[in-house]
Formats: sequence, C-alpha cells, structure tokens
Amino acid sequence: MSFQPVKFYQTGTYTVGNRLLTPEEHSVQSGQTRNNSINSGHRACQGCGEALGARYAIDAAMAESHGQLIAANATGCLEVFSTPYPESSWQVPWIHSLFGNAPAVATGIAAAMKVKGKHEVRVVAQGGDGGTTDIGFGCLSGMFERNDDVLYICYDNQAYMNTGVQRSSATPPAARTATTMPVGSEPGNAFGQGKNLPEIAMAHGIPYVATATVADLRDLEYKVRKAMNIRGARYIHLFVPCPLGWGTASHDTIRMARYAKESGLFPVFEAEHGEVTGVLKIRHKISVEEYMQPQKRFAHLFGKNAHPETVARIQAIADRNIRKYGLLDEEEVA
Amino acid sequence: MQSKPFAITLKPGTSLANLTGTWRTARPVYLDRLPPCNHACPAGENIQGWLFHAESGDYEQAWRSLVENNPLPAVMGRVCYHPCEGACNRGQLDESVGINSVERFLGDEAIKRNWQFDAPAAATGKRVLVVGAGPSGLSAAYHLARLGHQVEIQEAGPLAGGMMRFGIPKYRLPREVLDAEVQRILNLGVTLTLNAKVDNIEDSMKQGNFDAAFLAVGAHIAKRTYIPSGDAAHIVDAVSVLRSMEGEDKPMLGRRVVVYGGGNTAIDVARTAKRLGATEAIIVYRRTREKMPAHDFEVEEALQEGVMIKWLSTIKQADEGSLTVEKMVLDDKGVPQPTGEFETMAADSLVLALGQDVDLSLLEGVSGLEIKNGTVQVSSNMMTGHAGIFAGGDMVPSERTVTVAVGHGKKAARHIDAWLNGTAYQPAPKHELADFGKLNPWYYSDADKTVRPMLDIIRRKTSFDEVQGGLDENNALFEARRCLSCGNCFECDNCYGVCPDNAVIKLGAGKGFQFNYDYCKGCGLCVAECPCGAIKMVAEET
Repeated sequence: MSFQPVKFYQTGTYTVGNRLLTPEEHSVQSGQTRNNSINSGHRACQGCGEALGARYAIDAAMAESHGQLIAANATGCLEVFSTPYPESSWQVPWIHSLFGNAPAVATGIAAAMKVKGKHEVRVVAQGGDGGTTDIGFGCLSGMFERNDDVLYICYDNQAYMNTGVQRSSATPPAARTATTMPVGSEPGNAFGQGKNLPEIAMAHGIPYVATATVADLRDLEYKVRKAMNIRGARYIHLFVPCPLGWGTASHDTIRMARYAKESGLFPVFEAEHGEVTGVLKIRHKISVEEYMQPQKRFAHLFGKNAHPETVARIQAIADRNIRKYGLLDEEEVA
Repeated sequence: MQSKPFAITLKPGTSLANLTGTWRTARPVYLDRLPPCNHACPAGENIQGWLFHAESGDYEQAWRSLVENNPLPAVMGRVCYHPCEGACNRGQLDESVGINSVERFLGDEAIKRNWQFDAPAAATGKRVLVVGAGPSGLSAAYHLARLGHQVEIQEAGPLAGGMMRFGIPKYRLPREVLDAEVQRILNLGVTLTLNAKVDNIEDSMKQGNFDAAFLAVGAHIAKRTYIPSGDAAHIVDAVSVLRSMEGEDKPMLGRRVVVYGGGNTAIDVARTAKRLGATEAIIVYRRTREKMPAHDFEVEEALQEGVMIKWLSTIKQADEGSLTVEKMVLDDKGVPQPTGEFETMAADSLVLALGQDVDLSLLEGVSGLEIKNGTVQVSSNMMTGHAGIFAGGDMVPSERTVTVAVGHGKKAARHIDAWLNGTAYQPAPKHELADFGKLNPWYYSDADKTVRPMLDIIRRKTSFDEVQGGLDENNALFEARRCLSCGNCFECDNCYGVCPDNAVIKLGAGKGFQFNYDYCKGCGLCVAECPCGAIKMVAEET
C-alpha cells in the first residue's frame, strides 16, 4: 500500500497543509505544535535542504513515537551546523560520536533500551551521503544484516559539502566537485558503476526501505511514520539538494528536488523485505536537462563547450529508472 | 570548580542564542496581490474573496461577500459575459474557473434559502432619487440604501429591471429570478415608483426634496437606418420586439424573419423569433463572424438552434415578402465595401437591431451638462456637469452590459455618499496584479472545468425555458475549489512548512502567518514555494 494522495481539494496533498482537509488528514509539519526537532539558530546555509529534510523526518518520527526518540548522528553538515560547542539545535536526545559509526552507536542504544525494558523508546540514526555510502557503510551493512531495531535516515546531498564539496560515492556522473573538476574529455565526476544504497539496503532483505525528497512532504511523512511502526532495521534515503555544493539559488532547493524526481533521475519508491511495493509516479515529466541546467555543478555540460553526449548518457539513466520502477503511468510511456 | 563534567568548560546552550536573521540581505513579506478576475470584473467584485468562502462550503458567507459589491448574483450568473473567466490564471493551466456558474449557484441558493441583505447603516436623513430601475439604478439604490440613505427609484416602465426585463429574453434570464433579486433590494427600504417617467430632473428633485440624483435611464430608443421600402414592407426594431415579449400580445413576425445587425441584440431577436415559430430566422450582417460584436458563444448557441447568418451582406431595399441584399467584401482595413452584386431573399418581416440611443429629454434645460454622441458625459466620480446629479449605465459612454451598469451603480453610490457628506470618495489603491508568473502552479491539483448542462435542442427551439442549467452543490463546490486564489493567502501552510529555519510563525486558522526575522536567513524558499504569489522578497536596507 503506497502513499494515497488526496485527489482534489484545491491543492490535494501537494501543499504542506490544506484548510479544506479534516484535522486527521493534516500533515505533521502543518501543525502549530510540531516538534521543530531542529531549532532556529542553526548554522546551515540559506535554503539548506538537509536542515529542512531533517526537521521533516525527525518531527514525523517524534510524532509517531510520542516523543520517545533518541537520535545518533554521523559526522557531517547536519552535525556541524546543528551543534557547535556548546550550543545545540536539537529538540530530541541526540548523540554524535564518529563519522563512520552512527549505525553501530544506534544499535548500541537500541540494545541498551531493550535491556532496560524501554520498548517504547525508539532509535534513529542519521547521516549524510558521505557518512552513509562511504565512511559508515560497513557499520550500516552490519546493522542491516543483524536487523537491529533502528531507523537509519540518509540525507543525500550528493557530496561532502561540509568540508568543501568533495566527491562521495553518491555524487552523480559529470558533476563538478572540488575533487572532480570539469577538465578533460569527460569533465566532472566519472560515470563509474554507481553505488545505489537503497538497492543495497533492499538486497539485505530488511523490513523496510524507502526513498523520498524534500519536495514531497506528505510522501516523506507517510514513509517515516510507516517505518516507525515496523521493528527491525529500516532505511530511508532522503534527497536533499544543497545550494552551496550544487551552485543553485537558495530559493531553488525544493524545485531541484522536485525536478530530480520528475525527471526520473531520483526514483521515489518504497520496498518491503527487498521487494518494491510502491512508487511515487512522475506527475509532469521533464528532461534531465531541465533539472541540471540551473545547477552550476553541471554548467560545463551546457553553453559554449557543451557535452550533449554526456547529457544523453544521463538522460539514459533517468529513462532506465523510469522503466525499471514504472515511474510513468502506462499511457504516458507509450 | 567541579560542577561540570571532566573536560567540559561551558554550560550547554541552545542555538536560539544565534540570531541568524543577521545573515539576511533580503526579507520575505506577506502581501495581497490583485487577482486577475477581480481586476477584470466591471462590477468590481472580490471574486477570489467570495470563492474562498465557497471553497469551504460556507455558501452564505460567500454570498454575503459577493453582494458587498453586487446585489444581483443570480442575474449575473446568467447574463454576465464573465470577463473574469477570460482573465483567470487557471486558463493557462487547464481551463479557467467557472466563476460565472458558481456565482449563479450562490445567487440561486440565496433565493432558495431566502437570504436577505445585512441591515443598512444608521439613517443619514439624506434623500437620493434614482431614475430608472435597470441594473445601474438598482445597484446604486442598493448601495445607497446600505449606506443609510433614503432612496426612491422612479421608473418609467410598468416593471423594474430595465433591459434585464425588456431586452434580455426569458430563455437567458427567467423573470422569477429577476423579481426575487429586485424584491430583496426593495426589502432594504428602497421605494420603487413604477410608471413614473421623469420629464424634468430638476423639477422632480425639487418636488421630492432630494439631496442628490442618480440617472440611469438606459438606452431604449432603437437606431434606424434608411432602407428604401415599399408600403407593405413589415419593418420593426429589435427593442420593441423584445419589449413586446413581456406583454400580452406577442409580436407578429411571420414565418420568415430577417434580422439586420451583428450585436447580441440581433442574436437575441433571431433566437426569440425562432421560438415564436418562425421556420427561418436569418441574421444579415455586413462583416464576418470574426468581426461580429456579438459574443461567440451566443452565435454558436443561435446556430445550434437553427438560426442562419448571412455574412458580408447589407440590405438595400425592403418590399412586401422580399428583401434585396448586396454582397460585401472586406477591404485591407477590414471595412466592408459594396460589390454591386445583388440578390433577393424572401422575408415576412425585417427586424432592425442596429443599436440604441438614449432618451435625454429629462435633462432639457439642466445647466452644466455636457452631451456628446448622444450620451451624458460624467467625470471620474460619475457626476455630471451639474452638481448633485450623477449618471451611469447605458446613458454614459461605456460598454453597454449589465455588469458594467452594476459597476457604475456601485461607483456612483460611493461618490454620492461622499458628496452628501461634503467629502470626496478615495478608492483604496489597487494592489499589484497577480499574473500567472507570480504563481507556483505545481501545487494545484489537476481538475477539469465543470460544464453546465444545456437544455435539449428541441425545447430550445420551441420554448422559452432557460437554455443553460446551473450547477448542483457538489459540482459548485468542485468548481469553487478550482480557484488558485491568485495573490491572496489561502492558508496552505507551505511557507510554514518549507522554511529550513522555522522562521515562519503560524498564527492559527484564519489568522495567517508571520515571519520571525530574528532567524529568517532570507533564502526565499517560502516565496518560491508559495502557490499563490502572496509573499515577495524585499531587499534589506544596507
């Protein structure tokens, strides 16, 4: 059973709130008493997708666990901008230890709670794409394999932003970063084999895996709440654009996330025990060009010394995603 | 010294101490922009405003909001040519919102449920004479009465309504609808005197002790053109045909009726002739369909009902049972030119629908007036050159529609009220326009326009039953919710949700939102993701 959007009611479920819906149908984020798990005054850049995504996700997890939540955090932007000593923005019990061991720390917390008999206390671990797909990958895989009772949320902004925009294994092909400069015949990041972490998580056969973006709040909240009602290892991969690292305007963060999904480059789906059970369909399909052109990290693919063949290769990735996950309704594919 | 744990030197703090608002170079501010529908409405309705209430199903509040500007919604919902829908931003998304059909639904709902206007303001003791009970006069009377003035309407005809009764056929505006909306205005305490033609406005004002007058006598005199004709040719004018439809004796037009003209009146007469039993109703017009002043949907409806139209033709001669018609061609400038080719067509009667003039006899001898092209000139406050005498509707230079007339009535009433108080009415400055570029249309659900039911074609050809049906509650609600609420917050919570810095404060239902500039970094996400364009960025002063 995938997310059921409200069909009409002026804006349906597309907007954060909707005065025409019944109170039960309201999102967590539209509530006046939402937790604001990351408080104001954090030092994230203007228009930070990760700060927004973290509040969306942790607020929903707090609502679903009735405030009985502990968060472990990997090193990364999220940790750095929220907790410069001695300040903290977190409105939730929160612990940071190392870049690579957030899943293991969370496993430990979950085990401790079990020993103490505190079954109502739930545990989330969170990190960026660097801490998840590179540095913490071993710990995460172990957490999956043991099916520890932790919800791991990866905030994917596609590079190491906090240290100055270096490439991670989640950086998309052709993107410029500090370590993949736009020089040579194939400028930017290499195409490589990719490292699709949601699919790796699915391969562990864990109870729940989902992807989401900050552009579809209702879908994200549905997935967090669903994950919180499952025991065992769960993984949510949340797509959070980074104005600084991508070279986009601070007001374009949500538009970029929307375009990533609408182009098919970032498929939004959920899977249970290794099988895809639902996808969020593309609503108004766009080309990858429309998604990439506003981003300075792809600027070298357009303009005077354009690389249309590279754009075409990226379009092929999007097209494959659309086919593989069934992102378009049947009649639109034809 | 040991009050803190080992190696800890500072007490725990909160990020709230860090006022990130200082980073900002531009700040978001909430504003109301002018929705294009409101901008286009000749009656100055706050369409987005009343749709807002209809969206939540509060039809009475929607109606009350509507009648703040226009006391005739059930009439409007039938006869208005809805320029609002032409301007509607939703037209660029799928199809414009069916504003007119929702307006009619609200108007009909008000009649069904017998909703009455809010009570007038405290009596001012001032007396205003309104001459003419057409849309403009009724509108002015309504607004003046609500402002607390004592209003008397003097109407030359036997019934109120003006052209709404004696010009617009029943199949477009059922009379019980008109009667109900007129009666509701009279219920405010407006006096209506029928069969009372004002011959001299100054005398009438003196006699009745009036402090001001609003003239809205309309344009009822049919324009003529010289057509050489035999003695037995049957030539009548459209105005008298439509007027006689209201009396006992229906007009005798015969089996083959030719209507000369290309305006909405020509269409009305041809469709009326068809319903009276004419086997052929033919409109003769000297230009083409594209150049026709009549509204295209009316042309289309007439054609569906079997009315025929002879384009690019003028009538040269009328004889008993036949007409001589000359073919025309359009020149480079689109002006029709004669070709010298003639043909004869059979016709039992010829109806002239060539426009109307104003009967200005009541103004004879009034000082200070300026009459130009047969209309009374008024200044921007709707006052004629004679102090205290205002005018509006078809008798002043403007587009001649019911909606424009209603707008004149409202505008004049506000200026009359100010003039009676010895002040000048200053309209509130208009907000900037909420054009399509100001919106983020992603957020609106896909929803096609609801089409109103049409009467079946046989009954349209043979009866005066209303052609276009109304919406029921379900689809009226659906249609209202298609509104994009351009330029005006509809509390979707997007700004509150998308702020990464929690710098938007939600004040609660109906109270809107407020920025917390202590923490707003000025990223502009709220502006970009506001569906309706009700926030804008303003540069911070440096």
